Amino acid sequence: MRKGLLWAPLALFALLVGFIVFGLVRPADHVIPSKMIGQPVPGFALPAALPGKPGLDSAALADGKPRLLNVFASWCLPCAAEAPVLMALKDKGVTIDAIAIRDRPDDLAAFLARWGDPFARIGADHDSRVQMAFGSSGVPESFVIDGRGIIRHQHVGPIREEDVPAILAALDGAR
Amino acid sequence: MRALVLALLLVPAAPALADSRMAAAAYADTQLADPAQEAKATALMHTIRCLVCQGQSIADSDADMAGDMRALIRRRIAAGEEPEAIRRWLIERYGDWVSYAPSTKPVNWPLWAAPLLLVAAGVLIARRRFRRRR
Repeated sequence: MRKGLLWAPLALFALLVGFIVFGLVRPADHVIPSKMIGQPVPGFALPAALPGKPGLDSAALADGKPRLLNVFASWCLPCAAEAPVLMALKDKGVTIDAIAIRDRPDDLAAFLARWGDPFARIGADHDSRVQMAFGSSGVPESFVIDGRGIIRHQHVGPIREEDVPAILAALDGAR
Repeated sequence: MRALVLALLLVPAAPALADSRMAAAAYADTQLADPAQEAKATALMHTIRCLVCQGQSIADSDADMAGDMRALIRRRIAAGEEPEAIRRWLIERYGDWVSYAPSTKPVNWPLWAAPLLLVAAGVLIARRRFRRRR
C-alpha cells in the first residue's frame, strides 16, 4: 500500500498534464448560442435605419412567411464578406430582414451601395437592445424565423457558400 | 534600412474597422444619479460576462457591446428592476455562461459541494495524523 502511495503524486501530475494538453489541443469554441431558439421573437419595434426602407418590428416577423433575419453592421468586415451570399439567397427568393447594430444612416447607405442590398426591411438598433433580446452576441448573426414568428435556427458568424444548404433547409423546415 | 523604418513610422495608424463609429449608449459610461441604484448596477456588472471579449466582466471591458450591456443594466435598474431579475433575463438569452455567479442548478451541485468535501477530507487526514502520533 505504501509503495502504491509513492506513485500517487506522479499519477496526479500526469493527470494534470493530460488535462492541460487536452485544453491546448481541443479547438477553442467561443460561440455562444442563443437560448431563444424555439421561442417567439421578443417584442420590439425598431425605427427605419434608412430613409425609404421600412423599419422592423416583431409583428412584421410573424406574417406567415418564413424568413431570414440578419443581424449586421456596416462597420463589421465579416458582414461585407457574407453580403454576396445573402444576395444569392435573396435571388433564390428568400425574404431577408435585417437589424443594423450601432449604425449611422450614411455609413449604412455606403455599405449597401458597395456590397448590395438584399434586405426587405432594416431596423436600426442603436444600443444593441434588440440584439440582446434575441440572445445574439455579435455581428454578423442570422436567425431563421418561421411564419408564426418563432425563432427556428441561429447561424453565428458570416453565412458562407458552404452554409447555404443548411440555411435553405432551415427555411424549408420553418415553412 | 533607416529610411524604411522612418517610412513605416510615418504610415498613419489604420482606423480600427471592427468597432462602431457611433457614440457610446447613454448610461454605458455614465453613472446613475442615485448612488444606491448605481451601487446595485455596478455590483451586477462585475458579475456579468462580456460576450465579445469573453474573459472580462462587462464592467472591465471597453467593447461596444459591453457598453450596451452596461447601459441596459443601468436603464433597467433605474426603472426599478431588481439585479437578479436582470441576470435571469440575460441567462434566459445567453445561458448560464453569461453570469459569473454560479447558479444552484443540479449541474452545479458538485461545484458547491467541492469546498465541503475538501474540508471534510482535510479533517479526516488531520485526524489520522494526530492519532498516529499518540
